[in-house]
Formats: sequence, C-alpha cells, structure tokens
Amino acid sequence: MAGSIYNWVDERVGLTEAIAFARHKRVPAHAQSFWYYWGGISLFLFLVQIFTGILLLVYYRPGAEAFESVRQITYVMHFGWLIRSAHSWSANLFIFSVIVHMFSVYFMKAYRRPREIGWLTGIALLFLGALFGFSGYLLPMDELSYFATKVGLQIPASLPLLGPFTATILRGGPDVSEFTVQRFFALHVVILPLLFLPLLGLHLWLVQKHGNALPPSELAKPEPTRKSIPFFPNFFQKDLAMWLISLNVLALLASVFPWDLGKQADALSPAPAGIHPEWYFMAPFHMLKILGNWLPGASGEVVGILLFTVGLILWVFIPLYDAQNKIGHRGRIAHYFGIFAVTALILTTALGYWGIR
Amino acid sequence: MSDLLIDNSKLVETDSTPTRRAFVAAAAAAGLCYAGALAYPIYRYLASPAEMAADQVAVTEVTLKGANAMPAGAALMFKFGSSPAMLIHGADDSWVAFSAVCTHLGCTVQFEPQMNRIHCACHGGVYDPHTGRNVSGPPPRPLKAYKVAVAADSVVVSRA
Repeated sequence: MAGSIYNWVDERVGLTEAIAFARHKRVPAHAQSFWYYWGGISLFLFLVQIFTGILLLVYYRPGAEAFESVRQITYVMHFGWLIRSAHSWSANLFIFSVIVHMFSVYFMKAYRRPREIGWLTGIALLFLGALFGFSGYLLPMDELSYFATKVGLQIPASLPLLGPFTATILRGGPDVSEFTVQRFFALHVVILPLLFLPLLGLHLWLVQKHGNALPPSELAKPEPTRKSIPFFPNFFQKDLAMWLISLNVLALLASVFPWDLGKQADALSPAPAGIHPEWYFMAPFHMLKILGNWLPGASGEVVGILLFTVGLILWVFIPLYDAQNKIGHRGRIAHYFGIFAVTALILTTALGYWGIR
Repeated sequence: MSDLLIDNSKLVETDSTPTRRAFVAAAAAAGLCYAGALAYPIYRYLASPAEMAADQVAVTEVTLKGANAMPAGAALMFKFGSSPAMLIHGADDSWVAFSAVCTHLGCTVQFEPQMNRIHCACHGGVYDPHTGRNVSGPPPRPLKAYKVAVAADSVVVSRA
C-alpha cells in the first residue's frame, strides 16, 4: 500500500531523484562546523514567526482599536498571552541568530566567489528583518511602541531633502496615530512578506547550489585530508536537533518571561522613564549619538548618518573588494574590519544600556 | 544511511542497551507530547469566542428598557444571549417575541408589517407574525418563541 502510493507520487514528482540528490550532498566537518547551524536556526525562527503571526492575525485589529485588540489577545483569549509572547521572543531570537549567521559567514569568508549573491540577499533579508521588527513593534500601540516609533521616524526625518517627506508618508501624517498603525500593519503582514519570501527562496536555492563554504583554514589543507558528512540524514538530524533546542529555548522564554503590554499610547502623557530602542537598534542609535556629539553644530547628525552609511556600504559590498581566495593583504584588512564591527556593535550597545541604567 | 548501519552493527546488545524498537517508541511518545503541548493552547486560543458565546447561551431572560412604549405594528430587534431575536407589538396590541434566526439556513429574518408576515430574504421563507409558524417557502420548523411580559417601564423576554 505505502509502496504503491510512493510509486504513484514518485512517477509524478520524482521523489527518488530528490532523495538521491540529498544523499549526494555533503557538509564539511571541521572545527568551525558549529556555525553552519545558524542559517537553519534563523529559518526555523522565521517559520515560527509566520505561524504565530497568523494566529495573532485571528484577533488583531489595526487602526484605532489596535491597543484594545492586543489587550484582548493578552488578557481575554485563552493562551493569547503565550502566542503573543512567543511571537515577540521569536522575533528577537530571529534577529539574534541572523546576526550570528552574518558574522560567521563574514569571518569564514563565505561571501567570496561564487557566493556573493548569497551574502547580498542575506544582508537584504537582515534589513527586511529589522523593518519587520520596527513595524511590528508599533502594532500593540502601547506607550513604549508609540514613543519608539516616534523617535525611530526622526532618523529619516533628519535626512536632508526628501527626509521629512519620507517620514511624513511613512507616518501617515505629522504625528504617529491610528493611520500609522494601519499602514505599518500593511507593511508588516503584506508588503514585507512579499519582499522577504522570494528573497529567502533565492537565498536558500543558492545555498543548495553552492553548498557550505569552507573557511580559509580548511581551504589551506590539501583536499584529500578534508572531512565531510552526508547532508541526509546525518547533518539533517543535527539540524533538526538544533531546531528542537531552539523550540525549547523559545517555549521557556515565552512562558517564563511573558511579553509585557504597557499602558495605551497617549500623545498627551509624557514619555515613560528609561525608554530605549530595541536591543538590535541600540548600537546604530548610540553610534549616531556619539558621532552627533563629536561633530559640531546641527550638521553633526547628518554627518554622523553619512559616516555610518559609508561603514554600512563597505560592509555590504565586502565580496566585491575581498574576492580573492588566498590569504592576502585585503583579506586581512577585511578580517580586522570585521573585528572592529563586532567590537563597535557590542561596545555601543553596552554604552547605550549603560546610559539608560 | 550505510554509515548508521555500520555504527549499529558495532553495538553490543546488553540489558542496558535500548533496542531500536524502544527508541522509536520513546521518540514517537516525545513527539506526541510536543504535538499535544502545541495543539492544546492553539485550540483553546481559537475556541475562545465560541466559549464566550457558550456562556451567553446560559442567558434565560432579557429586559428591554422602554420597549413597552413601542407603538403597535412595530418590531424591535435585540440579542437574546448571542443570537438575534425580535419583539413584535402586533396591530391588535398583542406582544410576541421570536428567535430571528431562520430555521432553514440561519439568516436573520425581518418583520414586514404591511405584508403581515415575517420574511427571510435569503430563500423567501415566510412565517406567521403571531405564532412564528412556518407558512411558506423552505423553512422546516416554526421560529422559536419566547415568553413576553410587559412591565411599567420595560418588556421582559424569557425562555419559554
């Protein structure tokens, strides 16, 4: 019975070829193999986001009723608090694992030929992930999300020329209001997924096409001495184990530390004490603040944004100027740039939190 | 797969070595626990409105303030628990109340005083406005009737 069903499906979609392909695929095994799991962990957390997001969509109402509907989800609907908490925690874990994934790719030099597009789509996915975070943060329309969005939209507003116009369009008016929630909602559940999913498809397909990249230390070894394991089932089982660990960590965090819902946003009440951006925006915010303080005058902020942008462009286009597969001068500069970036991110995040202590 | 088989053949079965069958059973049990732990909150979450409506079904009486002043030949729509209902003050000064849910496919019916009937626009079902009896069209049963008591400043509708 099972055999004849398998044959029926196999004849039509080619299961045997797919399995043969998966058998053929191998994953390098070496001292840095641990970092290969982080793309898979990110993918798992993204799937959790889709799943819990759809569940929240069942009761969430954007616009003027946004806060009331989130209050209902959190306090009235059975286990609504857990689903909302899982969505928020998984969003944060997703950003974290994507950042780990990005730095591991960077230091293993996995962006080099022919994987440049894998790197660029990955960066685009991280950028979209940050936009997911920023737009999703407003949706409960409590005090924190209201002021965070107000402050966050000051960044495009402070840019010259089109800045104020862009901020007003994003905001849907001169101030954050129910119109902002409505359009952020459309952004969060329609526009961003429409951009994210095809990019993710391309990213995953490129991983299949090129396989896992070897770090320079492995490339230096002669080919016969390099070790590898079959993707299916060996690496796949380990991947699943990592997914299971991620699920357990998420379940623990979501249930033991349920996500808070603050007071309803009110333009007339003062900003709550100790308000700060989400941790993954802390570093860029604080870098801008430091650069703005260093540089004299009102132009300081604009120059800060420009300097920051130059750093970002250097980071994004690393595959174009560190393309050589040898351990050369440029390769070492890229390595030091990476160490500088990690140090700057950790330091400014710590300084940011120190400042609001 | 061949790697795994070779590994297995090296294992020596002793009393403390779990068999493949025991391992699969344990893994399946753990999987079922996970599935249950995920499915139960999700089911309860999705079923929340149904549970709240079930609480409302327990309603046995509704007081309609000021409805006693309604003129003869008029009708008032109201909610009895979670489902729509109608109070009719007949031209002959009679008071009746029915469930406003058509017994055919559940549309909300309406009172048409000029035609002296209760009509369902979905499939043309017609009920008698005095008794709730299904007169013509597809409805299989009469509308559910409620007890009506007119007080000094309200009308009290209760389960018959």
